[in-house]
Amino acid sequence: MTSNPSFAPTGGSSVASAAATHPYPAPASSTSASPSPCAACKFLRRKCHPECVFAPYFLADQPQKFISVHRVFGASNVTKLLREIPAGDREDAVNSLAYEAEMRIRDPVYGCVGVISILHHELRKLQLELSFARAELARYQTGGAGHPADVAANNGSLWGNGSFDMGVVGGGGLMGGAPAAPTGFGLLGGHFYRPSAAGGEEKPGFGLGPA
Amino acid sequence: MSGSFSASNIFLQSNINGGRRCAACKYLRRRCSQDCILAPYFHHSQPERFVCVHRIFGASNVARMLQHVPAHNRAQAADAIATEAYMRVEDPVYGCTAIIARLQHEIHKAQNELVMLKAHITIHKACQQQQLQNISGQSSNQLMFPAEVHWDMDDNALLLPDFPPNLF
Repeated sequence: MTSNPSFAPTGGSSVASAAATHPYPAPASSTSASPSPCAACKFLRRKCHPECVFAPYFLADQPQKFISVHRVFGASNVTKLLREIPAGDREDAVNSLAYEAEMRIRDPVYGCVGVISILHHELRKLQLELSFARAELARYQTGGAGHPADVAANNGSLWGNGSFDMGVVGGGGLMGGAPAAPTGFGLLGGHFYRPSAAGGEEKPGFGLGPA
Repeated sequence: MSGSFSASNIFLQSNINGGRRCAACKYLRRRCSQDCILAPYFHHSQPERFVCVHRIFGASNVARMLQHVPAHNRAQAADAIATEAYMRVEDPVYGCTAIIARLQHEIHKAQNELVMLKAHITIHKACQQQQLQNISGQSSNQLMFPAEVHWDMDDNALLLPDFPPNLF
């Protein structure tokens, strides 16, 4: 077990930052300024000590973050995890745990693994598109597509109408058969990275004016 | 007495593992009942799988999560939980979010490259159309681009929230 680690969050001490951002009214009976409890201690209804392992990372104004993490991992497991990690990495660890917990709450079956499956599928699709694009560009660059007949024939392009619309991907999970639910799209407000042809249709012989 | 005790003990143990305790109950040193929710998914032959899961999520959390999932999805859920736990044990700081971040980065790179390639292809096509016009004797000197093609790039385009998240 490491000796007393520094629990200060990046940019300042936990107590000072917590008090500065969300000062709770001090109890009348307290003889000194009581620091506001972190979200974890508030949820667990316990006293928030200055050396609280959660305080730097679960601020009082983000209760949902701790609720999600506690629901999926449990406070004691998170404590053990954090104590095994160097102090400098704990903030990233907490954020990744919060992300993972949120994904698991939104998709109780696949969680983050579903997200990985969706992204992997998306990447494979893009790589296939890239290979087609590279091949087509290579044909133009080597002059293989320079013949007028080829130009007329290829105006449709390998993409048909020339548009590139990434729709929701829902198939091909890691779990062998069952499609991974498209939890990332829409639910988290993500947008699609979508270069598109405004008209949607690449007309054959574009640019040719009337004879 | 010991003989009758062991006989009743075997009678009470789960039939799923052929009368043996599942990996979870064996690790937790408890009796594995016939309706043990973890038994179908944590076979006694894979003790390390449950060790990871217990270390990261805790047995009671996993049991609760599986109970809240329809029965026909529990196998997939247990597999996903075991995978996440394993990744977290291997990388205590980022767990499986490291893979998510890497995949998102690769997707962004691929999208950028695809946009550039399509732009190049469009330019080549326009040049060829120009050549066609010249060959057919048309006098237009303008380089005609397909007017309706433009490249929309959403400034906030994200397939999923990038890590670190800003969900809260």
